[in-house]
Amino acid sequence: MPILVYAESDQGIFKKSTQELISFARAIADQMNTEVIAAVTQDPSNANLGQYGAHKVLNLEQPSLGEFNAELVADALTQAARATGSSTVIVSSSANSRYMAPLLAVSLEAGYVPNVVALPQSYTPLTVAHNVFTNKATAFTSLQSSISILGLSKNAYGVHQYDTNAAITKQEVTLTSSSVEVTSLDKASNKVMIADAEVVVSAGRGLKGPENWGMIEELAEVMGAATACSKPVSDLGWRPHSEHVGQTGKPVASNLYIAIGISGAIQHLAGINSSKVKVVINTDPEAPFFKAADYGIVGDAFEVVPDLIQKLREFKAQNA
Amino acid sequence: MKILVCISHVPDTTSKINFNADQTAFDTAGVQYVINPNDEFGLTRALWFKEKQGATIHVVNVGGPETEPTLRKALAIGADEAIRINQPATDGYSVAQALAIVVQEGQYDLVIAGRESIDYNGGMVPGMVAKICGYAFVNTCIGLDIDGASVTAVREIDGGKENLKTTLPLVIGGQKGLVEESDLRIPNMRGIMQARTKPLHVKQTEHPKAMSQTLRYEKPAPKQAVTLVENAEQLINLLHHEAKVI
Repeated sequence: MPILVYAESDQGIFKKSTQELISFARAIADQMNTEVIAAVTQDPSNANLGQYGAHKVLNLEQPSLGEFNAELVADALTQAARATGSSTVIVSSSANSRYMAPLLAVSLEAGYVPNVVALPQSYTPLTVAHNVFTNKATAFTSLQSSISILGLSKNAYGVHQYDTNAAITKQEVTLTSSSVEVTSLDKASNKVMIADAEVVVSAGRGLKGPENWGMIEELAEVMGAATACSKPVSDLGWRPHSEHVGQTGKPVASNLYIAIGISGAIQHLAGINSSKVKVVINTDPEAPFFKAADYGIVGDAFEVVPDLIQKLREFKAQNA
Repeated sequence: MKILVCISHVPDTTSKINFNADQTAFDTAGVQYVINPNDEFGLTRALWFKEKQGATIHVVNVGGPETEPTLRKALAIGADEAIRINQPATDGYSVAQALAIVVQEGQYDLVIAGRESIDYNGGMVPGMVAKICGYAFVNTCIGLDIDGASVTAVREIDGGKENLKTTLPLVIGGQKGLVEESDLRIPNMRGIMQARTKPLHVKQTEHPKAMSQTLRYEKPAPKQAVTLVENAEQLINLLHHEAKVI
């Protein structure tokens, strides 16, 4: 029975997290001797999803799916899963997928495990490793339902290349109206989002005040990074809540996380634990962050950061 | 307006996470329990509705008698009645089914739950309750206003926010932003005294079906010691050649 992937796209662009999702599904499909069907809600004709491992692309596109609506996407995927006889549905960890997946689980009577961090441990029954306690532990959970939904943690598997030729098929779905209507969207278009970022530059109370964030933004710009902050900084109103990373804020699973003037409270470290490489810059060598970091500089952010910006510019110029 | 706030009983955010000897269950020894922070933001917003617009607030939890102090705390900061569904919280699906029974019997207009619990991080219960009950649903809700049956809500999305229009009955998955950290309440003596006499109903439901079972837990392997560097140049060099992330 095939594996259905909810292949999210934004204006027809399939982001790295979607490519990763398809590759993850492909590895499972190869183990189960089945195929990967990438279900899309926007025109897929400009993308080659076969190169990430999809065998087929199922185009669910229709006007009512033009903008994301969790209820309607869940309805469409329910119909797609039934029509294709899929036994496994793979979704991402994006805000939209996390919103939609529980609705899909109820309509398919499917077990749902989010925060999956590796390929299944076993296939009958399906048993997966997933992060719990905000990345402070891993749980191994078996699904007992006939259909399973897995939510893959970002950056947990990686994108793999295939040379599969994925044909696009149109799938008609019947959708009713939704009880929730989007009236407006407020989205910064020129900023790197924490959810997508390969590199996150984060700063804490060590920066002394919101007026000192210029160098953090400059460092982020040089690195193509998203900016983030610690909880006290967002509570003080120095930075918006949307930048707060940690246990009650956003999780970060970037390749590189740079913490500047952040002491490293247990709640903060939990939230950034899934990042691959962690760097700390702090004046206090006893700061708990040094125990969690891979690389550290004991030093004053106001001296280290401007120097780092300059040296990164030189590095970029040499490696361009 | 009848509001139901779903309260998860979770280890305090500073808790050390340990498991029992055979790694099959969380070790509760020495752990302080609190109202799940995401639920507490929702409960505080519910109290705002009660005070400004008039509402009754019930709180509900799925779990054993050990979770009652957490429900009493919710009563002490202003909820009117508490319900404890007496069954172990096994997986998200079974918890959602049990809660849905309470939601349907109580005919609540608004159900507030946290977007996820900070222990098992499932993030699925609010959406599942909404779907089972046929209620509208807004997740990662950071703003909520109600006028009669019409609702405006703000949802946090990746890289921004979305303004939404919907109607009661509604379920939200709430988080910080519904209220600010400084709006959270600490129970006072009067509240604590009153909470002792407020109703706490213990309810049995048909044993709902779990869809998944956790077999064991593992803690991450200890980390290697940090590599300390002297300056930016050395750092860039290591990030490029050793870590290969730039």
